[in-house]
Amino acid sequence: MKHRLQRALFLCGIAGPVLAAHAARIGDLSETSVAEQALRFFTFQDPSVRYALLGSILLGISCGLLGSFLVVRKMALVGDALSHAVLPGVALGFLWNMSKDPVAIFIGAVLAGLLGAAAVHLIKHTTRLKEDAALGLVLASFFAVGICMVTMIQRLPTGNKSGIDKFLFGQAAAIGAADVQLMAVVTGLAVVVIALFYKEFLVTSFDAGFARASGFPVQLIHYGLMLLLAFAVVIALQAVGVVLVSAMLITPAAAAYLLTDRMHRLLLLAALFGLVAGALGAFLSFLRPNLPTGPLMVLAATLVFILAFLFGPRHGVMARWWRQRSRAASVQRENTLKAVYQVLEAREFKGEGVSLRELAERRRERVEDVREQSAELRRHNFATLQEDGNAIYLTPEGWQRACAIVRNHRLWELYLTNAAHIAADHVHEDAEKIEHVLGEETVRLIEKRLNYATRDPHGRPIPGLADLRRGAAPETSEQGSLGYGRRV
Amino acid sequence: MSAPENKHPAAIAPADISLEVHDLTVAYHKKPVLWGIDLVVPRGKLVGIVGPNGAGKSTLIKAAMGLLPVSSGWVKVFGEPVKDNLTRIGYVPQRESVDWDFPVSVMDVVLMGRYGKLGLLKRPTKADHDKARECLDKVKMLPYANRQISNLSGGQQQRVFLARALAQESDLYFMDEPFSGVDAATEVAIVELLHELKSRGKTLMVVHHDLPTARSYFDMLLLLNMRVVAFGPTNEVFTNDLLQSTYGGRLTIMSEVAEAVRAKD
Repeated sequence: MKHRLQRALFLCGIAGPVLAAHAARIGDLSETSVAEQALRFFTFQDPSVRYALLGSILLGISCGLLGSFLVVRKMALVGDALSHAVLPGVALGFLWNMSKDPVAIFIGAVLAGLLGAAAVHLIKHTTRLKEDAALGLVLASFFAVGICMVTMIQRLPTGNKSGIDKFLFGQAAAIGAADVQLMAVVTGLAVVVIALFYKEFLVTSFDAGFARASGFPVQLIHYGLMLLLAFAVVIALQAVGVVLVSAMLITPAAAAYLLTDRMHRLLLLAALFGLVAGALGAFLSFLRPNLPTGPLMVLAATLVFILAFLFGPRHGVMARWWRQRSRAASVQRENTLKAVYQVLEAREFKGEGVSLRELAERRRERVEDVREQSAELRRHNFATLQEDGNAIYLTPEGWQRACAIVRNHRLWELYLTNAAHIAADHVHEDAEKIEHVLGEETVRLIEKRLNYATRDPHGRPIPGLADLRRGAAPETSEQGSLGYGRRV
Repeated sequence: MSAPENKHPAAIAPADISLEVHDLTVAYHKKPVLWGIDLVVPRGKLVGIVGPNGAGKSTLIKAAMGLLPVSSGWVKVFGEPVKDNLTRIGYVPQRESVDWDFPVSVMDVVLMGRYGKLGLLKRPTKADHDKARECLDKVKMLPYANRQISNLSGGQQQRVFLARALAQESDLYFMDEPFSGVDAATEVAIVELLHELKSRGKTLMVVHHDLPTARSYFDMLLLLNMRVVAFGPTNEVFTNDLLQSTYGGRLTIMSEVAEAVRAKD
């Protein structure tokens, strides 16, 4: 059993000198593997952690939802200032009757938060200082007052058992039944208000001027949002801690922002990520005694963010890298096809096969490189190879693609010289890039614009639609067109 | 007290007045930027607001809609205080005033034009969606309805804003530089749209930057430089003398006094 426990701890990257103390967590466990612990933790079986998990989930949801608005309104710093500004209020709430009465602390903290917001407003509107400076100033000074008060409380006879220091870095284990009730009320309120006033929050966040001109009470909605935000910060304090609670507002929303470009999905994703980060952080903090919950929750949220950053399907680093790679590969294939076409064209389409040597000469590359490219064409069904592998034959698809690329290239060259009056010797480089991106629709437009011209600026024939459709070089079919036949 | 008689371009019947501005003074940080603006705009006119940088063009339309605190004066829209008649006002803000990376689709933005009439709590209905689609089609942006707004060109962004204003189905429109940063084709399309709106009896107040085109685009011009230099039919107002006094450095004293008002505070 001890062996299993050690292995489990090793798996989560934690060395285990404090095993004895560890065993006291998660309801004096009889199970010991991380998987079993996780099962017990997340299925709410264990009464001693039930409140912690529920509370963490609730705070994750409310922080994710409200943080989304901070992110899209570019007010991320406001969350930071607000969360630091509440600390003196927490201390005052505690002093009210010398206990961690959730309601007293909630009221004290919200009042302090609002006082901080008012101070920012005052500084911004009566001095030349801008918002960022005002936020930094208020954040630091309120926090300093809060730290002094917390230190004083801890010096009081009953203070050191108060657990008020947990408000700095957070301890999910400190969440009790009364806390969960309050958290449920606040989260429920946030969900209901956002659902009811989604339209108002959306229009005022996107375009405040327009919203006011449409008759919406923009200022009132802003204050409402700030109040909800203060609520969310305060209920998250106990588990996440003053120092890091703003990260629970910003990080899940920022991760969601990378994954979607619609506001309602952003809200849902951010709430989900907040939930996951909250639950995971709380679980991790229960694995070892006295692990602060806040940093672990924030790390869990950061992990979600990193995953979104790397693997986001649209804007993620990997997706972008993959798109660039496949784009480059497709350009490479198209260039090979074009070279095959040019070899065929140079001998007026006599004979279907193109030897790799010919191709290498045309591309000014080594035969081995061309062999690889030919294999690549074969993999994409654009070509077949001769048995000895020394010559390449285009399939109908390959011919079509090759024709299309040459057609794009030459039409674009002609368009540049005729319509944009660029000298004929200046257009090739540009066409080398454009040929790979022109869509069928644009090509047809250009063709029409050029009156279905058949020769490019250098006098070479431009493959027409008929050539594309035929599926093979003109030699092998009855009616040879390819610009040669068309002009009789 | 009503606006001075001489500012009425031939006496207009009250029912034919769309916008009336009386003695409007606006200050930023105590520094006046608009002085004693009087304006009576008849219905169904396409009005260009021109003047040099810092003349207060945007400030005037924002103040007229009640978006800015005013030092003095009042604004009436169709005979009623502006704040009671906001649903009859449409607005095209400057394109730069919003974050185009915001997570909304083109359709979402145009639907916002319907929000004002919906009022609090109500959701856009199917009819609102249809209307938004119709407006998008009018500016030829329907194929982009489901795109996120960040991938639009300047001209397309402007069309989206116009579609949103159309969706407002208003009688009086304020537009803040709808031609800025748009391509020639969009500019032509916008001018056509403005004329169509006018022919349907709408009044349009358009802040415009480009003097040469102002002459051909608008029925009436408001020459503005901290105060109304002139307001009237384009052919009467677009004269060398008036343009000179709008754009020429005639306002040094006024600017200095404005500066002094601020410094004294």
